[in-house]
Amino acid sequence: MRAPPMNFATHRLSELDVLESEAIHIIREVVAEFERPVLLFSGGKDSVVVLHLAAKAFWPGKIPIELLHVDTGHNFPEVLEFRDKTVAAHGVRLVVAQVQDYIDDGRLAERADGTRNPLQTLPLLDAIAAGRHDAVFGGARRDEDKARAKERILSLRDEFGQWDPRNQRPELWNLYNGRHTVGQHVRAFPISNWTELNVWRYIERENIELPPLYYAHEREVYRRDNMWRAISPVSPARADETVELRTVRYRTVGDMSCTGAVDSNAASVADVVREVGVSTITERGATRADDRISEAAMEDRKKEGYF
Amino acid sequence: MTLIIDTQDLATEAAVATPEGTLFRFATAGSVDDGKSTLVGRLLHDSKAILADQLEAVTRTSTERGFGGESGGIDFALLTDGLRAEREQGITIDVAYRYFATPARSFILADCPGHVQYTRNMVTGATTADAVIMLIDARKGVLEQTRRHLSVVALLRVPHVIIAVNKIDLLDYNEAAYREVEASVRLVTAELGIADVLVIPVSALVGDNVVDRSERTPWYAGPSLLELLETLTVIDDRGAASQAAEAFRLPVQLVLRPQGAVVVAPELADSYRDYRSYAGQVASGSIKVGDTVSVEPGGGTSTVTGIDFAGVQLAEAFAPQSIALRLADDLDIARGAVIAARGTLPPVTRTLTADLFWLDPRPLAPGARVLVKFGTTVLQALVSEVTGRLDLTTLGVEPATSLTVNDIGQASIRLSRDLPVEPYTQNRRSGAFLVIHPQDGATLAAGIVTAPGEPTRAGDGSGAGSEVSP
Repeated sequence: MRAPPMNFATHRLSELDVLESEAIHIIREVVAEFERPVLLFSGGKDSVVVLHLAAKAFWPGKIPIELLHVDTGHNFPEVLEFRDKTVAAHGVRLVVAQVQDYIDDGRLAERADGTRNPLQTLPLLDAIAAGRHDAVFGGARRDEDKARAKERILSLRDEFGQWDPRNQRPELWNLYNGRHTVGQHVRAFPISNWTELNVWRYIERENIELPPLYYAHEREVYRRDNMWRAISPVSPARADETVELRTVRYRTVGDMSCTGAVDSNAASVADVVREVGVSTITERGATRADDRISEAAMEDRKKEGYF
Repeated sequence: MTLIIDTQDLATEAAVATPEGTLFRFATAGSVDDGKSTLVGRLLHDSKAILADQLEAVTRTSTERGFGGESGGIDFALLTDGLRAEREQGITIDVAYRYFATPARSFILADCPGHVQYTRNMVTGATTADAVIMLIDARKGVLEQTRRHLSVVALLRVPHVIIAVNKIDLLDYNEAAYREVEASVRLVTAELGIADVLVIPVSALVGDNVVDRSERTPWYAGPSLLELLETLTVIDDRGAASQAAEAFRLPVQLVLRPQGAVVVAPELADSYRDYRSYAGQVASGSIKVGDTVSVEPGGGTSTVTGIDFAGVQLAEAFAPQSIALRLADDLDIARGAVIAARGTLPPVTRTLTADLFWLDPRPLAPGARVLVKFGTTVLQALVSEVTGRLDLTTLGVEPATSLTVNDIGQASIRLSRDLPVEPYTQNRRSGAFLVIHPQDGATLAAGIVTAPGEPTRAGDGSGAGSEVSP
């Protein structure tokens, strides 16, 4: 890992240095105060950054907690491949909860619109209960969505995983209060204060590897909901939709069935940093069909136990 | 409040700070309807931080609700009031964090609620702020909620306080009217002992003195709000000189002792077999390899042999870096300990007096058994006495025997074990604490040490125990 570019003459930390130390402090605090924390890891850029920060927090030791992924069955295969490779490189254990298992035995039903993102909540809560996890790390950022902009860094959830936005625990200075009662757990968001641009600059500075689809590549896509959707078994084009080969990249990586690609020639990290710096559209607005359902789509999902 | 903007004016390019830039955290406060959301909208809009899809969503909802009539105005409260309940009721319930940047620096903006019952959420936003912008409606002047928020700001010793006297356009940019409001607010800040106060006449609606200096206030010679935000100093960035003056404190979060389960190259694994370091975020001051340190509890001393930052060995570290310290001696150090520059720790004590901002709906009565969290240590404590409460009308302390939600009060606290206690005025990090409910874990109060009690043992700076090597 590279040394951070700090300036000892002035004792001045750059924006990224401040955010990095804040995140490491949060990760260490939660691991120290909770019995069985777990880290949600999808292979998406934000969770990759949180994993990288966790590795820094406990160096030279291994990351002392398990990872958890809720696989909707609609994930991009190259992201799953990247996920497994990264987990192996860190020498940590990954538990995967499969949404498909729930659909197969009838605990969940496929939605009419075919998206599985909202179906993740039940397998997530079951996996948290089965692992007896009292703290769950996530890579959510406050700049992603206006409901997320309201959430604490340590967010208390009841036994149904529900977020009560009207009655959040005060969060004072950097003194995090992780106390909870039996059945409650805490969601911890170490990169709450990072923007999309911060994440990309950090990926550039630290030379962090990501799944290839974050960079410009050629893909068969079709236009739906003002987004480029990838051709895949779970996201076929309708008869009236024209499939074309375009140079695209993904700004967020979720399900193939609800994540859109954007036109882009940004083939390197430096290109992406430049592109994000001048983007006039937010990343979720550009790429997530699930957040377009209503003004409060994210809040509604979070109240039900979603991240 | 309607903010009329020209959507054609929306830049195609968001402003981007350089990667080397600093991060500045500020909060907005003030009473309901003093124009916080409009100011936030104006700042975000004029600094090109509102992206096209967000503006489109806000514009659509504003139009649906008939906002701004024919002119197509935009309700900028919709940008930060992100909860369903907030939009339905048209109020801000909890802090919204927004992020924007100018070429000078990056900003984290905590947009705080104005209603009295959500003052506890305003406290959340203010504890981490480098500056607070207090909005005052120029036509109404100082209100009770203005005094309450200013009291919180004074209590927390927020480094910079900016008073934005808003809606100056509605006073026809009349200097005398502005001066009257300015004088009355300066009376309050002086009463509360707030030293660094800057007062600016603004119109969030029209944009006077928000981003650019206004020609309509020729009698105001100071900087615009954004110019101020771009130049004020950051709490953790006061430069080497003042940091050297502040004593080094590292609250230990955990002991890193991987015992062979290491991520270093196999040929190095042997040399890490007995690795042990103390991980934490530097709360104040700076430390170099070779410096001598003292540790509480225990009072042991040792020498720093290494400063690790994820595989990189540093010669020096300073606040607010998250590091791991290696020491020459095998001291008994666990989570909750404080490693400090030798000769700087205050005497340990079991009593203290504090200002409390009471956050919980359940009142505080003397004799309450609570938990307190200082740094990384949580201990049992007892509130032995409530000695007073701030009267928001007179700003004087009135006698009180209990505290209720949103009260600022004074109390005496007994601790279950020895702790090196410092006043908040000397050290913002070690003088701040949480009061926690021992059963359900709720955060009951924000606490600020006003004075440590009688020492139960001398500190390492005053002789006893400091020369003993383990």
